[in-house]
Amino acid sequence: MALGATKKDRIDALAKSSVDDSGVSLAASAWRRLRRNPVFLVGLGITLLFVLVAAISPLIAPHDPSARDLIDQVVKARNEIPPAQPGHPLGGDLQGRDFFSRLLVGSQQTLMVGVLATLFGLTGGLVLGTLAGAIGGWVDSLVMRIVDVMLSIPSLLLAFSIGALFAHPNQFTVIIAVATVQIPIFARLLRGSMLAQRGSDHVLAARSLGVKPGQIVFRHMVPNSLGPVIVQSTLVLATSIIDAAALSFLGLGNPNDAIPEWGQMLGTSQEVLDSHPALSFWPAACIIIVALGFTLMGESLRDALDPKNRR
Amino acid sequence: MALLEVRDLTVVFQRRGEQPFTAVDGVSFDVEPGQTVGLVGESGCGKSVTSLAIMGLLPKRGATVTGSVKFEDTDLLRLSGNQMRDRRGRDLGMVFQDPLSSLNPVITIGVQVAEVLERHQGMSRKKALTEAAGLLDKVGIPDPNRRISEYPHQLSGGMRQRALIAMALACKPRLLIADEPTTALDVTIQAQILSLLKGLVQDTGTALIMITHDLGVVAGLCDEVNVLYGGRVVERAERHELFAEPRHPYTHGLLASIPRLDAPRGERLMPITGSVSDNIPWDSACAFAPRCPNALDVCREVTPEQEWRGSRLLRCHNPVQPAAAETEEASV
Ligand SMILES: Nc1ncnc2c1ncn2[C@@H]1O[C@H](COP(=O)(O)OP(=O)(O)OP(=O)(O)O)[C@@H](O)[C@H]1O
Ligand code: SF4
Ligand SMILES: [Mg+2]
Repeated sequence: MALGATKKDRIDALAKSSVDDSGVSLAASAWRRLRRNPVFLVGLGITLLFVLVAAISPLIAPHDPSARDLIDQVVKARNEIPPAQPGHPLGGDLQGRDFFSRLLVGSQQTLMVGVLATLFGLTGGLVLGTLAGAIGGWVDSLVMRIVDVMLSIPSLLLAFSIGALFAHPNQFTVIIAVATVQIPIFARLLRGSMLAQRGSDHVLAARSLGVKPGQIVFRHMVPNSLGPVIVQSTLVLATSIIDAAALSFLGLGNPNDAIPEWGQMLGTSQEVLDSHPALSFWPAACIIIVALGFTLMGESLRDALDPKNRR
Repeated sequence: MALLEVRDLTVVFQRRGEQPFTAVDGVSFDVEPGQTVGLVGESGCGKSVTSLAIMGLLPKRGATVTGSVKFEDTDLLRLSGNQMRDRRGRDLGMVFQDPLSSLNPVITIGVQVAEVLERHQGMSRKKALTEAAGLLDKVGIPDPNRRISEYPHQLSGGMRQRALIAMALACKPRLLIADEPTTALDVTIQAQILSLLKGLVQDTGTALIMITHDLGVVAGLCDEVNVLYGGRVVERAERHELFAEPRHPYTHGLLASIPRLDAPRGERLMPITGSVSDNIPWDSACAFAPRCPNALDVCREVTPEQEWRGSRLLRCHNPVQPAAAETEEASV
């Protein structure tokens, strides 16, 4: 993809790759190249490690992430928080809770928010994009007008605006805010994919057999969009995680900090950024690495799906 | 009575901000039940557009279709979208040029064949799949029970075209349109597919419209041939008549440009000079005039009309004379 390509161009290019007439199994040929692609393997490794940690974190966390075991070492007035010590490799946070355990368990929230936001965004985008692409006409014009306006607003800004609409922010308002931002991305992707396929030979052949329009859309066109959807979902997971963390950071997330969350940990650590930068460093590093993992994976998947690279 | 009567079929494409373009210009021809009719002509002469118009597959927006396409007394052009959809795949089938891109890459061959049967014969998926295996067998795909669960990319080009033929013929349509069904295939496979098609239409009594730019295909298959030029039929004749005595200068040129094994040594091939882009509009001339060796002054001033000359239909002011064709060949 050329440098300077806009968000829309990238979505459109991806949508076009749903028309495949290369004659090779897409999955097989993509995998052949991915297997030898170090960028993909690093991304995949990070992602798998992250999912594994999230799955087993309650079991491996050395302490209860909400227990204030070290509260007597916190002296707010003198800006003292529990340092690293045996049994607490990263020390404690401002509430005297074990920081390492909170980092581990925090991965669960991040994964949940990221996956749910992507799923909701995908569902919304699937419905809108498929409708627009399949029906065309004024439905298409209307939907795409709205989608393009939403796409032209920076995603983080849009997520903030939506998140700020809720009087009582919690984990689900975060998910809704982040998911809403992803809807236009998937809508444009699926609509592009429908349009690319509408004039394709296999759709013409299906029409020549009298297959009904609904079946053509759902049985013939939507399955061909699967590859681009997977790529976009992987990329969207990365932005969802960053957006969700940013919302929590700004206090638009769950007010109850008993359940740890990286963005929120980063937010509360800002008070002591000068004296205890490690408290900010660790959650920030986690967010960046996980987002990077998904991005590396998504970008190499995108390249693998690109018709120009197929054999 | 004819199975299909195409009368004055005209297709005009109109894209926003562009000049309207007449791709098919008053084409008329008949297809008798069980008959094989050829539509021949070079790239861009309107063969595919004609077949898509008959099938009702042209885009609703941007393409205006006029004239009539009578299929067993029903004018297909007057049917609603739903009515036409019920007929496609059941009464009329179509096979396309590129078997690979005409199959859906993510659906198994079996399900793609079964879909037609489910659609028109109300079969259950299970029954349709069994039937699909039988159909694949009939079109000469070995090991059909394994093939039904394979994806298009796992089949060879010839097999894919066989599968598409199976789909088009699954519901025993009375008319099959084959649009250059062998162009994308290897030469050896081409012959196999053609003989398969020939056998199938003979066995089932299906009428066939064979679209091609290859006169060799016509020679082996068609009962009657329509030669198209610039969206109009310029010559129509029985196959034997046409090959023995091409009268229209364009047909004559087409035939002369085929290398013949029995040609005298040293005979030069006579390709038609120029290309479609040299066409002039039919409005007040013959579109072929800039490329025509027989062109007279009148050809650039008056549109030639279709006329019967004996049993053949010609659109030409100065057709090749039967005797002239002989002497011309002999004198080269
Ligand atoms: N959807 C369309 N919109 C505008 N013009 C079209 C459209 N489809 C076909 N045409 C034009 O109509 C003319 C006839 O096209 P058609 O596809 O029928 O040619 P053909 O005889 O089948 O040629 P080929 O041997 O290349 O398949 C061409 O000039 C083509 O550019
Ligand atoms: S009408 Fe004239 S220009 Fe056209 S084919 Fe006949 S002789 Fe040639
Ligand atoms: Mg064609």
